[in-house]
Amino acid sequence: MTALLEIRNLKAEIAGKQILNGYDLTVKAGEVHAIMGPNGSGKSTLSYVLSGRPGYNITEGQALLAGADLSQMSVDERAAAGLFLAFQYPLEVPGVATMTFLRAALNAQRKKRGEEEMSSPDLIKRVKEIAKILDMDMEMLRRPVNVGFSGGEKKRAETLQMMLLEPKLCILDETDSGLDIDALKVVSSGVNQLRSKDRGIVVITHYQRLLDYITPDVVHVQSAGRIVRTGGKELALELEETGYANYQSEAA
Amino acid sequence: MAAVQETVEQVRRVGADQYKYGFVTDIESDLAPKGLSEEVIRFISAKKSEPEWMLEWRLEAYRRWLTMTEPNWARVEYPAIDYQDLYYYAAPKSTAGPKSLDEVDPELLRTYEKLGIPLHEREILAGVERPEGEARPRVAVDAVFDSVSVATTFKEELKKAGVIFCPISEALREHPELVRKYLGTVVPTSDNFFATLNSAVFSDGSFVYIPPGVRCPMELSTYFRINEKNTGQFERTLIIADRGSYVSYLEGCTAPKRDENQLHAAVVELVALDDAEIKYSTVQNWYPGDENGKGGIYNFVTKRGDCRGANSKISWTQVETGSAITWKYPSCVLRGENSRGEFYSIAISNGRQQVDSGTKMIHLGKGTTSRIISKGISAGHSSNAYRGLVSAHRKAEGARNFTNCDSLLIGDACSAHTIPYIEAKNQSCVFEHEATTSKISEDVLFYCMQRGLSQEDATALVVNGFVRDVLQQLPMEFAVEAQKLISVSLEGSVG
Repeated sequence: MTALLEIRNLKAEIAGKQILNGYDLTVKAGEVHAIMGPNGSGKSTLSYVLSGRPGYNITEGQALLAGADLSQMSVDERAAAGLFLAFQYPLEVPGVATMTFLRAALNAQRKKRGEEEMSSPDLIKRVKEIAKILDMDMEMLRRPVNVGFSGGEKKRAETLQMMLLEPKLCILDETDSGLDIDALKVVSSGVNQLRSKDRGIVVITHYQRLLDYITPDVVHVQSAGRIVRTGGKELALELEETGYANYQSEAA
Repeated sequence: MAAVQETVEQVRRVGADQYKYGFVTDIESDLAPKGLSEEVIRFISAKKSEPEWMLEWRLEAYRRWLTMTEPNWARVEYPAIDYQDLYYYAAPKSTAGPKSLDEVDPELLRTYEKLGIPLHEREILAGVERPEGEARPRVAVDAVFDSVSVATTFKEELKKAGVIFCPISEALREHPELVRKYLGTVVPTSDNFFATLNSAVFSDGSFVYIPPGVRCPMELSTYFRINEKNTGQFERTLIIADRGSYVSYLEGCTAPKRDENQLHAAVVELVALDDAEIKYSTVQNWYPGDENGKGGIYNFVTKRGDCRGANSKISWTQVETGSAITWKYPSCVLRGENSRGEFYSIAISNGRQQVDSGTKMIHLGKGTTSRIISKGISAGHSSNAYRGLVSAHRKAEGARNFTNCDSLLIGDACSAHTIPYIEAKNQSCVFEHEATTSKISEDVLFYCMQRGLSQEDATALVVNGFVRDVLQQLPMEFAVEAQKLISVSLEGSVG
């Protein structure tokens, strides 16, 4: 069976500076991987390179989503192919109601995949169901995308988008940052609902805390732009004890 | 490639063929001789069987115009216009005028179809009966094809309400006393170079009169279309809302493709008496020219409303996406006590378009208020200027204005300018002015695209969000069209 995400010897740079330095990672459908590491080890860079953010250039190696070369696809094609990035700092889109944004995004993806667009009543019904799980007020969805949202509201909104779009591969970039414990539980329960045998989830985090709620199958330690150690969920606990000091020196 | 760089590349590729409405309808014209002279003005006046005083009015304006010079203070550049190289009158050949819609040239109806005029309005033009009990928003259309109105609908129902809605040439024959009383009282024949030219040679336009206390039973709508090659368009519109009345008027335009630049110098006059309200909405989508700006429309328009009565209100809403050059300042003279003026504007420029637009709010009466919301979007190599005047005269005690001007830049070859003038001649007025200029954010575009939107859709979504405050001011059916138009006019600016 083809891996959902296959990264082979990936090297990438921003403005001429190499940040990813021979990255290897394989995520199979049904798995949840956690990528941990010290600040500045290129964790967010990985998420941007995979999603195709302008300015993040692959110089060597390959990243395949369900066998398709990501570097040959535009940002929106990658999204339609099932790659979703939950942003560490979600952007504001002034004047565009969240519901309008959800409808535009979902139907754009469906159209690209040759599927039928979802009707407005069906969409609203589905969004209501998800909002209930995430303990979100529907009133919030009438407000412009992320404008005036608190940190916790933004992360809930990201999770709502992810649950609505039902991607094949979810990448969560520091989703726990800026979340209080209640929000963390709610967001985690949303992510856990997405766990399925057809879907892969990559959780990027600095702290073990999130992994108390989203239990990973595999934990990786990233340092200096590549994975330096891989283990089971107990590796996260070990890191909580010892910190990243070992890995920083190893990288240096 | 970075999103904005791509945008710039795409803008460079904007070509004439992208203008969907560039086609010419083949209808024979009845032309006045080329050039401008007293004889041509006499010809126009005679063609329209105008009363003698009207001819004199035109001739006076013409003599005045001969002494005037073209203004050059706007931030626009264009080759000198040869006013003797234009035709000042062109009418579709059936000069007798159609008695009913059946007599309307089918070619005209096909033209409206190509223009994408909403189906219900096309049906009205084609005289299609609606099934019983089917309720839809109703719009009366006075279609100006080149210079002569060829079809006026819903006339009977409007007549029942006492509303007069007809071509101004007809009003001159049927209601000369009304026209004579108000014509040129808001924009005098001596007002400015282009308005004076219009006064001399205007061919046709709409006339609206709402009697006291009447709320006009439907939106009134006119489609302007420039058709005859090399014909300057000089529309004249006059709307009078008598005491306590209300009217909403919609104007939408699009023009066929041309090699020569076309001059358009319209005049719109609005008069609101005591407690009356006029809402005037425009969607303008004239041909902007090819990638080098060649062939586009020159739009030099004078639009002004006079809040003559106490507690009257005039509201201008405009969506400007077309024309090579736009020179346009829909204004309000707030004469009546506690009268109110509003200006809501979206101006989008792309390619080589040049826009110099804004408004004037002239506070003359006590307790007058005004509000200005302007959203300018520049892409390609275009230049987009907001120019506005807010003034309060000595007697305008307690006058208030709020102004908000936002500019959005797409790419790095365009420009935006905000030129506000404020004149306060008494101590009690309060004027507020807010302005922002920002570049479309690559990060926001990336965020939208990560959710599956194409670059083009993402840009349109962000722009639609940017202009939302103004779109909300448009009548519903017009807002939908305007939203589409925004996407279409940005089509050239991104992939």
